[in-house]
Amino acid sequence: MTSHAGARAPRVHRNRSRLLWAYAFVVPQLILVTAFTLYPIVMTHVYSLFEWPGFGPLDRFVGLRNYTRILADELFWNAFQKSFIFMAGTVALQLPLALLIAILLNSERLYGRNVYRTLFFIPVVTTSAVIGIVMRSIFASHDGLVNNGLQLLGLIDRPIRWLAQGDTAMIALILVASWKWLGIKMIMWLAGLQSLPVELYDAAKVDGANFWQTFRHITVPLLVPVGVVVLLFSMVDALTAFDLIFTMTEGGPGFATEFMELYIYRYAFTSFAGGLPQLGYASAAGVFFGVTVFLISLVLSLLARRASQVRR
Amino acid sequence: MRLQTLLRQLPVQVVLAAVALIWIYPFIWMVSSSFKTNREFLSRGLELLPEQFRTENYVRAWEVANFSQYFQNSVIVTVSTVVIVVVISALTGYALARVQFPGKRPLIVLYAATLFIPKGYTIIPVYQLIRELGLLNTLPGLILAEAGAAPVLFALLFMAHFSGIPKELDEAAELDGATFGQTFIHVMLPLAKPMIATTVVLQFMWTWNSFFTPLVLTLNNPDLRTLTVGLYAFVGEYNTDWTGLTAAALISIVPVLVLFLALQRYFIAGLTGSVKS
Repeated sequence: MTSHAGARAPRVHRNRSRLLWAYAFVVPQLILVTAFTLYPIVMTHVYSLFEWPGFGPLDRFVGLRNYTRILADELFWNAFQKSFIFMAGTVALQLPLALLIAILLNSERLYGRNVYRTLFFIPVVTTSAVIGIVMRSIFASHDGLVNNGLQLLGLIDRPIRWLAQGDTAMIALILVASWKWLGIKMIMWLAGLQSLPVELYDAAKVDGANFWQTFRHITVPLLVPVGVVVLLFSMVDALTAFDLIFTMTEGGPGFATEFMELYIYRYAFTSFAGGLPQLGYASAAGVFFGVTVFLISLVLSLLARRASQVRR
Repeated sequence: MRLQTLLRQLPVQVVLAAVALIWIYPFIWMVSSSFKTNREFLSRGLELLPEQFRTENYVRAWEVANFSQYFQNSVIVTVSTVVIVVVISALTGYALARVQFPGKRPLIVLYAATLFIPKGYTIIPVYQLIRELGLLNTLPGLILAEAGAAPVLFALLFMAHFSGIPKELDEAAELDGATFGQTFIHVMLPLAKPMIATTVVLQFMWTWNSFFTPLVLTLNNPDLRTLTVGLYAFVGEYNTDWTGLTAAALISIVPVLVLFLALQRYFIAGLTGSVKS
């Protein structure tokens, strides 16, 4: 009896000390997350209810007026729309192309597959802001690399002023963004392809299915869960591509490529049109934007979970 | 036999090689331009080989355009941020993997919910917070903001990694009289080397490439610019110096490219791991 109780006491002691250790281990990150993620999320909502230039007392409470002003602002809806056009363009280009390259690279007997994989991945690790700045000079100049190259190939007669017109500036951005981030989608697709059960393919071969039939009836249905994850990352990437867009077009020409983050930046950190920064107003736009991204990621995460459950 | 395989692969190889060439052509073009003079750049833009290899663009960017200073700032900010993030993520991950403490589940859910928080949502209060701490336009302020914005994903990945290590290992160490902390440092951390490497390379890449946060936090102090912000300012100041720009751009991206080429399996492992979770 006594020995039994004696064994339990140090155990309780050990558990309590482990709890203290655990809290001590968790606290540093919790402090940073609280200060730089949770507190900012709360404060963005608070600021959004005030008219405030970012300095001086926070005392001009305006209720929901910033929100009604935003909803009435054509440029906000422009930014909203432009963000989604850009997102649709980059997703439509990247997802199929990345899947195609992943399928080609998936064969283990392919010579140089690791070299190819590395090459396609290089733009992903390269600084977005640097890419934006360099691409600006490549696209902007009259006889820059893109215009010269396209003329050489006979695809265009005259140089196009890519970044001087809204539509072509958008196209240039979609092309560059897709080029830059395709590698990451390729890796995701590859991971998905490698998790597919080999037995199914052997069975299909035995049944005499050709490449297309196998792809259509085995690969595609099994890849849906991975596909939803790739879609999620692509959409969030596209909506948060501030660095690339800001450095490449600065939202121009006019407001043709001013996406949501650029709109927020303009009101928060510049004295646009000679006025003071409007942090309250920009915060309201930030809330709108954050909630949109959060909802998209929430819906797609749920879809991904459902798709992978159906598969099992 | 090998020749046969190669022949059968030929169409695929041709397609892949062509696409891969397009993919890295901008980099080849940058390297080539960085060795040209500006006049040569304008008159013979499509030719890859310069008349002679000149290093004057690099010297100009490094010395005149202040890129030596920007480089130093980027190194300080990135290394400090990486160290902070590795330490706090490993600590959190270990506690989550090994101890059933009250509040553990809510914490994991909370961290998972913050995975997709865009910067545009939080940057204004972060800016205000750094300002109120008196750290606006200082390197510590920038480091704190970068480390604070680091994804909690790493903590979750560390948690998964530590959960995969048999419990007997640390229990044995603790029976031998080691404290929780000593066990963590001497027994578990050495076993987490691949996970540490993954965190180092990914966080290095994110911080080195970061633009929005340093742009906003160093708006009024050019001496604190990191490479990305410095390059952006360079375009504004010397807008016709194309070759200087490509040299400066290469100075900015070479460290992260070298790191990637040397440690790419950790990049891939980290990304695949994050997709799965």
